[in-house]
Amino acid sequence: MFDYESLKLIWWLIIGILLIGFAVTDGMDMGVGGLLPFVAKDDTERRVVINTIAAHWDGNQVWLITVGASFFAAWPLVYGTAFSGFYFAMMLTLFCLFLRPMGFDYRSKIDSPKWRYNWDKALFVGSIVPPLVFGIAFGNLLQGIPFSFDELMRVTNTGSFFALFNPFALLSGIVSVSMILMHGGTWLSMRTDEHVAARSAKAAQIFAAVLVVSFALAGVMIATSIDGYIIQSAIDTQGYAQPTTKIVTTATGAWLNNFNSMPILWSLPATGLVMAIIAGLLARFKPGGLAFTASALSITGVILTMGVSMFPFIMPSSSTPNHSLTLWDSVSSEGTLNLMLIVVAIFLPLILCYTIWCYSKMWRTVTRSEIEKNTHSAY
Amino acid sequence: MINETLVELSRWQFAITALFHFLFVPLTIGMTWILFIMEAVYVMTGRVIYRDMTKFWGKLFAINFAIGVATGLTMEFEFGTNWSYYSHYVGDVFGAPLAIEGLMAFFLESTFVGMFLLGWDRLSKRQHLAATFLMALGTNLSAMWILVANGWMQNPIGSEFNYETMRMEMVSFSELVFNPVAQVKFIHTVAAGYVAGAMFVMSISSYYLLKGRDVAFAKRSFSVASGFGVAAIFCVLLLGDESGYEVGEVQRVKLAAIEAEFHTEPAPAAFTLVGLPNEETMETDYAVKIPYALGLIATRSLDGQVTGISDLKKEHEVRIRGGMIAYDYLQKLRGGEETPENIARFNEVKDDLGYGLLLKRYTDNVIDATEEQIKMAVEDSIPPVAPIFWAFRIMVGSGIVMLGLFVLAFYFNARRQIQDKRWLLKAILFALPLPWVAIETGWFVAEVGRQPWAISEILPTFMATSNHDTSSVLMTMVAFILVYIVMFILEMWLMIKFAKIGPSSLHTGRYHFEQEDQQASPQLRQDKY
Repeated sequence: MFDYESLKLIWWLIIGILLIGFAVTDGMDMGVGGLLPFVAKDDTERRVVINTIAAHWDGNQVWLITVGASFFAAWPLVYGTAFSGFYFAMMLTLFCLFLRPMGFDYRSKIDSPKWRYNWDKALFVGSIVPPLVFGIAFGNLLQGIPFSFDELMRVTNTGSFFALFNPFALLSGIVSVSMILMHGGTWLSMRTDEHVAARSAKAAQIFAAVLVVSFALAGVMIATSIDGYIIQSAIDTQGYAQPTTKIVTTATGAWLNNFNSMPILWSLPATGLVMAIIAGLLARFKPGGLAFTASALSITGVILTMGVSMFPFIMPSSSTPNHSLTLWDSVSSEGTLNLMLIVVAIFLPLILCYTIWCYSKMWRTVTRSEIEKNTHSAY
Repeated sequence: MINETLVELSRWQFAITALFHFLFVPLTIGMTWILFIMEAVYVMTGRVIYRDMTKFWGKLFAINFAIGVATGLTMEFEFGTNWSYYSHYVGDVFGAPLAIEGLMAFFLESTFVGMFLLGWDRLSKRQHLAATFLMALGTNLSAMWILVANGWMQNPIGSEFNYETMRMEMVSFSELVFNPVAQVKFIHTVAAGYVAGAMFVMSISSYYLLKGRDVAFAKRSFSVASGFGVAAIFCVLLLGDESGYEVGEVQRVKLAAIEAEFHTEPAPAAFTLVGLPNEETMETDYAVKIPYALGLIATRSLDGQVTGISDLKKEHEVRIRGGMIAYDYLQKLRGGEETPENIARFNEVKDDLGYGLLLKRYTDNVIDATEEQIKMAVEDSIPPVAPIFWAFRIMVGSGIVMLGLFVLAFYFNARRQIQDKRWLLKAILFALPLPWVAIETGWFVAEVGRQPWAISEILPTFMATSNHDTSSVLMTMVAFILVYIVMFILEMWLMIKFAKIGPSSLHTGRYHFEQEDQQASPQLRQDKY
C-alpha cells in the first residue's frame, strides 16, 4: 500500500496524534487533578470537580498506555532507549500514576475527612508530577541524551537523574504543567457552576499566561543557546533501521532549520501561542466550549512545534551524536508498520466514536446539589 | 560480561510486579461476565434484586479493578525501563500485540468501565447493559492479546532474525495470532479468571448464608456464580494448558521439567504423581507413578514419546555448537563482510543463534568457548526441575479441589438445599484463596519453565536486560515491594469492609443492616459516605 519511507513518515505522524490525544484527554484529567486543591474549597466542591471526569479518567488514561505501546511496536529502539535512559524519572512517574486509579476509586468509599484529604493530596501529586516529568524529559530530548549502542545494538546510557534538571528542561516542565492546568481549567469552567467555575476560569487565565511566556522563552532559548542536531550524511529513507551508520553534528539554533526552510511551519508555534491567548480570553464566558477548544488547539500547536523542530530526530544522542535515533532508522520493519497502520486506521476512529458517545451521555453541568443528592452513586 | 546480580534483580522485580498484577487481573476477567449475567437477568425480568446484585458486586469489582489498572502500568513501563535489549530485539513482533491490545481492547474496557460504574442514572437499561457487555468484551480481548504476546515468547513462530537490524522481525501476523500455544493459553487463562470470579462471589455469598443475612440476595448470587463456575472449572481442567506442550521445543523442555522426566521412558510413559525430583542424581526419589498416564495426557497417543531431560540436553549441545558457527557468521556480516556466501551460510545456521548466545554468560566472544563452557551452557538450557514439578502439582491439586467444590455447590444449589449444607458453605468460604494459588503457581510454571529464555530459543533472559547499576534496580525493587504492600493492605481492607457490610452498602433501604436500629450496626454508620 505505502512504501517504507511513507510508512516511516506516517508513523511519525501517528505517534504525534496519539501524543496529542494523550495531552488533550488524560492531560485534561491531570489538569483537573492539579487544580483540585485550588478551585475547590470543601469536600462537596472537590467531589464536584472529580465527578466531571469520574466516568472518563480511566478511558482517557489508555491514551498514555497506547502511546507507550505504540512506541514499543513502531519505534522499539526509542522505547527501550528512552525508558531505560530516563530510569528514575520513569519510575517516579509510574509511582505517581499509581495514585490516580486508587484515588478516584477509593476516595469516596469512606466518609472520613482525613481519608479523603489524604486521597486529595495523592490525586494532586499523581496529576502534577507526570506532566512535569514528561515536560522535563522532552526538554532533555531537545538537548540530546547521552547514550550509545554496541555492536549488538545494546544501549548504554550514561546520563544521571539529577542531570535532567537543567534550566531549559525545567522551563519545558513549566510549559508542560501550565499547558495541562490551562486545559483542566477550561474543562472545569465548562462543566461546573458557581464558585468552582469562576475559580477554574481564573486558573485557566493564569496558566494560559504562564504558558505563553514560558513557551515563548523556550523558543528564544532554542534560537540562541540550545544546540540542535543536523544529519550530515546521506540517509537511506527506504532502508533498514540502522541508527549507527550516519554522521550527525550539532549547531546552535539548528532546531529552527525546518521552520526557516518551510516558513508555513511557523504557524504551529503561532497556533500554540495564539490559541493559548484566546483560551485565556474566553475562559470566563459561558458556554466554555470555545475556550476548551482553543486550549486543545494550543496543546496541539505546542506538541507539533516540538516534533517539527526536531524532525527527523526523535532522540538525539549528546554523547555519540552519530547514534542519534531518527524516524528513518529506529523504526520497526515495513511489515509491522503496515499491519499497525491498518489496526490504527480501523480502531482509532472507532475509539473516537464511542468515546464521544460516552461523553455526550454523561454531559451535564455538575452542581453542588446533584453531588449532595448522590452520595452513594457518584465518586 | 554479564552482570549476574543485575540480571537476578531485574528478574525478581519483574516477577514480583507481574505476580502482584496478576492477583487482580483474573478477578476482573471473571467478574465482568458475572456482572453481565446478573444485569442481563435484571433487564429481562425487571427484578430489582438483580440490579442490586450487579451494583453491589460491581462495587467490589471496582475496588479490585483500580489496583489492576495501576499495577498494569508497571508491566508496560518495565519492558522499556528494565528490559531495553528485549524491547529492541523483539519489539517488532512483541510490541504489535501489545499496541493492538491498547487500541482494540483496553480502550473499550476502560471507557465502558466508567459507564458501568457511573452511568446507571444516565443510560437506559439496555444501553447500560450494552456498556457492561462491552466492558466484559474489552477485558477478555485484552487478555487475548496479552496471551498472544506471551504465547510468542513460549513458541516464537511467524518471525525471523534480521542480521542488518540485529533483531527479530515479524513475517506472519496470522501465525502469531493463531499460535497454538497462544490459543490454548488464552482459553486456559481466561477460564481460570472465570473460576476466580465465580469462587469470589460464591465464597462471599456463603458468608452471608452462614450468617443468615440477606439470604435472598446471597442465594441468587450463589446460583449465578456456581453455574458459571462449574462450566469454567471444567473448561480449565479439560482444555488445560497441557495440550499446549505438544508444540515448540521449549514447551517440550517444560513438560519434561513438570514431570521430572529425567530420562526418556518407553512410550507410553508413566505419570509421576508425587516424588522428590533430585537434580543431582537425575532421578525422582520416592516416586509414585501411574502407568501410561503421562504418555496419554501429553501426546494423546499410546506410542508418542515424552523426551526426557538427558536426551534434551544432548540435543541442546548440538544446537549450542551450531550457535557458535551462527555467531561467527553474524559477526562477519555485521563487520561488513556481506558476501552472498556468508549470508547463505548464516541463514543455514541462524536458527541456532539463540543457543550460541547462551554462551555469552561465560565468554563474550562466544566462538572461543571451551568444552567446559559449552557444558555449562548445556546445563543452563534446562530450567530448575523441582520448583516447576511442585508448582504444577499445587496448581492441579487446587484445581481438582475446586472442581469438587463447584460440582457439589452446583448440585445442592440445583436441588435448593445449599442453605442447609453448612459444611459445604464453610468449605467454600475457606476455599476463597484457591483460585489465586492455582493462578500464581500456573504463572510460575509457564514463566520459570521457559528459562533460561526470555524468548524461547532466541533470546536468553540474561541478555534481555537494560544496562543499569545494580543499586538502581535494587532501589526500585524495594520501592515496588513497599508500595505494593501498602496498596495491598488498602485494597484488602476496603474489600473486606464492603464484603462484610454486604448489599446494605448500596443504601437502598432493603438490606440487613438497614432493617435494624442504627445502634445495632455501627459498621454501617461509619460508612455513611
